[in-house]
Amino acid sequence: MEADVTVIGGGLVGSCMAYGLARLGARVLVLDEGDVARRASRANFALVWVQSKGMGMPQYSAWSYASSEGWAGFAADIRDETGIDVVHQRPGGFALCLSDDEMEARRRYIERLQAQPGAPAIPYEVLDHAGTKRMLPDIGPDVVGAIYSPADGHVNSLKLFRALHVANQRRGVTYRPESVVDSIEARDGGFRITGAWGEARSARVVLAAGLGNARLAPMVGLDAPVIPSKGQVLVTEKVAPFLHYPMGTVRQTDEGGVMMGDSQEDAGFDTVVTNPVISVMAERAMRMFPLLRDLNVVRTWSASRVMSPDGFPIYAQSRTAPGAFVVTCHSGVTLAAAHALVLAPQVQAGALADELSCFSGTRFHVPQAA
Amino acid sequence: MKRITEAAQLEARYDLVIIGAGPAGQSAAIAAAGLGIATLVVDENLAPGGQIHRGITTTPVTDRAVLGADYWRGLPIAQRFLASAVDYAAGAKLFSLLPAGDEPGRHAEIELGVSIAGQARPVFAGQVIVATGAMERPFPIPGWTLPGVLTAGAAQIALKAHGLVPQGRVVLAGTGPLLLLVAAQLRAAGATITAVLDTTPAANRAGAARHVIDFLRSPYLGKGLSLLAKARGGPRRIAGVTGLRAEGEDRLRAVTFTAGGAAQRIEADVLLLHQGVVPNTVISNAIGCAHRWDDRQLCWVPIRDEWLLSSVEGVAIAGDGGGIAGAECAAESGTLAAIGAAHRLGRIDAAERDRRAAPVRAALERLGRGRGFLDALYRPAAADRVPAEDSTIVCRCEEITAGQLREAVAGGATGPNQLKAFLRCGMGPCQGRLCNLTVTEIVAQARGITPEQAGTYRLRPPFKPVTVAEIASLPQTNAAVKAVVRY
Amino acid sequence: MFRRLPDSPAETLRFTFDGAALTARRGDTVASALLANGIASCRTTPAKGTPRGPYCLMGVCFECLVTIDGTGNRQGCLVALEEGMRVETQAGARRAVAP
Repeated sequence: MEADVTVIGGGLVGSCMAYGLARLGARVLVLDEGDVARRASRANFALVWVQSKGMGMPQYSAWSYASSEGWAGFAADIRDETGIDVVHQRPGGFALCLSDDEMEARRRYIERLQAQPGAPAIPYEVLDHAGTKRMLPDIGPDVVGAIYSPADGHVNSLKLFRALHVANQRRGVTYRPESVVDSIEARDGGFRITGAWGEARSARVVLAAGLGNARLAPMVGLDAPVIPSKGQVLVTEKVAPFLHYPMGTVRQTDEGGVMMGDSQEDAGFDTVVTNPVISVMAERAMRMFPLLRDLNVVRTWSASRVMSPDGFPIYAQSRTAPGAFVVTCHSGVTLAAAHALVLAPQVQAGALADELSCFSGTRFHVPQAA
Repeated sequence: MKRITEAAQLEARYDLVIIGAGPAGQSAAIAAAGLGIATLVVDENLAPGGQIHRGITTTPVTDRAVLGADYWRGLPIAQRFLASAVDYAAGAKLFSLLPAGDEPGRHAEIELGVSIAGQARPVFAGQVIVATGAMERPFPIPGWTLPGVLTAGAAQIALKAHGLVPQGRVVLAGTGPLLLLVAAQLRAAGATITAVLDTTPAANRAGAARHVIDFLRSPYLGKGLSLLAKARGGPRRIAGVTGLRAEGEDRLRAVTFTAGGAAQRIEADVLLLHQGVVPNTVISNAIGCAHRWDDRQLCWVPIRDEWLLSSVEGVAIAGDGGGIAGAECAAESGTLAAIGAAHRLGRIDAAERDRRAAPVRAALERLGRGRGFLDALYRPAAADRVPAEDSTIVCRCEEITAGQLREAVAGGATGPNQLKAFLRCGMGPCQGRLCNLTVTEIVAQARGITPEQAGTYRLRPPFKPVTVAEIASLPQTNAAVKAVVRY
Repeated sequence: MFRRLPDSPAETLRFTFDGAALTARRGDTVASALLANGIASCRTTPAKGTPRGPYCLMGVCFECLVTIDGTGNRQGCLVALEEGMRVETQAGARRAVAP
């Protein structure tokens, strides 16, 4: 066997898993697609976001919070290893509200979220316009108020993507791009993975192929019924820093561009940018921060989120083919620390912790009511 | 001609929208108007002519000998264009184009985003002709970002549009017919040129020889001879130039190079670079047209059918944006594209279309004959396309060097899009216009694959920047609000 | 850097660059007006602060970005010069200013 573990997928999720496994001394092979691929890792909004996560599954709330708590150490490790600062910042984040209805809905939502049994007490404040303006002096008169949580933050996710590649290369991870996987077979106590590029063998396999997991998982007796959720984003030219906190839908990158998001559409794999959607996003962003008005938008894009039926991650080990794991989520940035520092060690140890059993794909096999 | 000076004057829908008012766009408009097609021409420039006939109706250069007969051939086209029954938006930008389709958010017709004087509006079109022409091939030498280093085309535009000539110690460097033409025009205008540094590889002559018969039968021959005659007795011309560098701290001070085995240095105030022109494929790329790498012209060209239709339904590409063939071919191809569009719009039947197209095709055949010779003779050296020195800037906007790109490729970045994510190359305001060809060739060279396999950036709208307020002013739908406002 | 041919009859326009009073002609763009006044450098990059000046004059390269009448990052080669325009060096990233 050429590797202990083969990770299928070289995006943020796969790279974090490979990194975490390599840290523990595993010989890791990463199989990735090429230059043109559906890569959420190149298109995401780069938030490390906690405040609104986990309605209906408090374990997800706890998991996201734990990851956000581990992020600073994770970022420091990556920087020490690669010299690349992924610019993780945790000044707290705002969900800005543009109407009383929205304010009330968000306030009630976060109360219900945290009232769930087992949900973590994530610190937050409900701010009115004046309270918000004290922290964000550039908000417009339409901002009614905000939910602020000091747990929220953001990073430079492209720097993270590159840093993980560099770190993995330094740790001896074998990276094989342009290697689309056609088949996975459990064989001889391990796995034989094949494609047009050839074949690879390893004792374990981690499916981290994003939307590709839907096709791969059944090959090893796993379930990952993920579908695309279209998201569109706009970014402006570089501007001198003025937004010192991330919002759920507006953030300024460390390089200066202001990103505006985030839409969700069920549009299959179509990833064209459509003007009505970016218009709504631009208008709302401008109402939040009127000084965005005259900035030039230099780029827009659209990509597919990796969405499970309930929106939560899928983590599981195969019962029929032990050693095969599936790792799929739509928050590869927020969960990067958890994947690298918590999930990867469990894969290395050969069993996922009981706390993660709620994330198994078997949850989608709810028996029909009699 | 109806001049559109503000977005509110735009019709909601046109049969045909033409992007660009160079020879191809203007000719397409003239032909379309002649067939009674409701047409809008959107052009970024303030006056018609494109770059090749830039300022043709406004130039302060009155002595016709200065810019030459080829330039003035643009005047009757512009006059016919300005007299044609089309809507014409000058100083306007096309920032988006959504192909027709069934998917959510798409429409039965093509949706274009047009911005005029800071106001954006959507316009629907049955057919579109993209005629955005050519731009100069990037020439990534050490120091090419220094103030005082411009393209030769820029000097030509300054002359045509504004009656300006470079002064001080002026050096031209590179290869290609345009370099010789600019040198001749600048001299005719009274500029002093210190030196012309010719980077044309000597070996090109052998490659060009097999195209020589076509060239002798082509209209290029006469132009070439006249250019060479003008070059005689001209400024100091140094052949076989390699290792070109622009030197200076905050601006250009000198040009250094090797020629005849000796390192040389010329003090310079202005350096004009040129190594050929390539299609401007920003729009065709961003709307998803299939492209192929043209190894003769060393650039990406959109794949087109016999009516110049791209792989995106209803979008034709006319002129040099579809492959470099020069102004006269561009004009003919604009006419051809309009005839094809007229048929698709149901204005003329297939027989009428073919009858009208026959003489145009014949002209294209004749005018295009010598192109292979020029492409081979003026093929820029590999070392001038892929910088040997790691410290040479490739992406001017983000200041990414050839060395950084090669290092990232070695680290597993397989192509331009992964490089963009890793290094931000191509992510600045020019959106990769000035680096995409270089990045493709760097990847190909570093990985030992073809440029076609290396690929290119996947571009997105806006094709040119528009403000947040302009985007926010675009019509919204309930579905769009629902996609964004979720609480 | 560039000089004007003698046979240019157009109307003279006044403008300022970084506060200095300059003249150009109707028909100039902001970028050509700067070149005609010997100005080679009109901005510094947001990435590393290096000086840049007009390069392509056809709207492609975005090197002639300047601040015009207070609005940052405008492409000087695509903007017609107007009487009294206040043109300034685009020093690095532009600033977001309240409307």
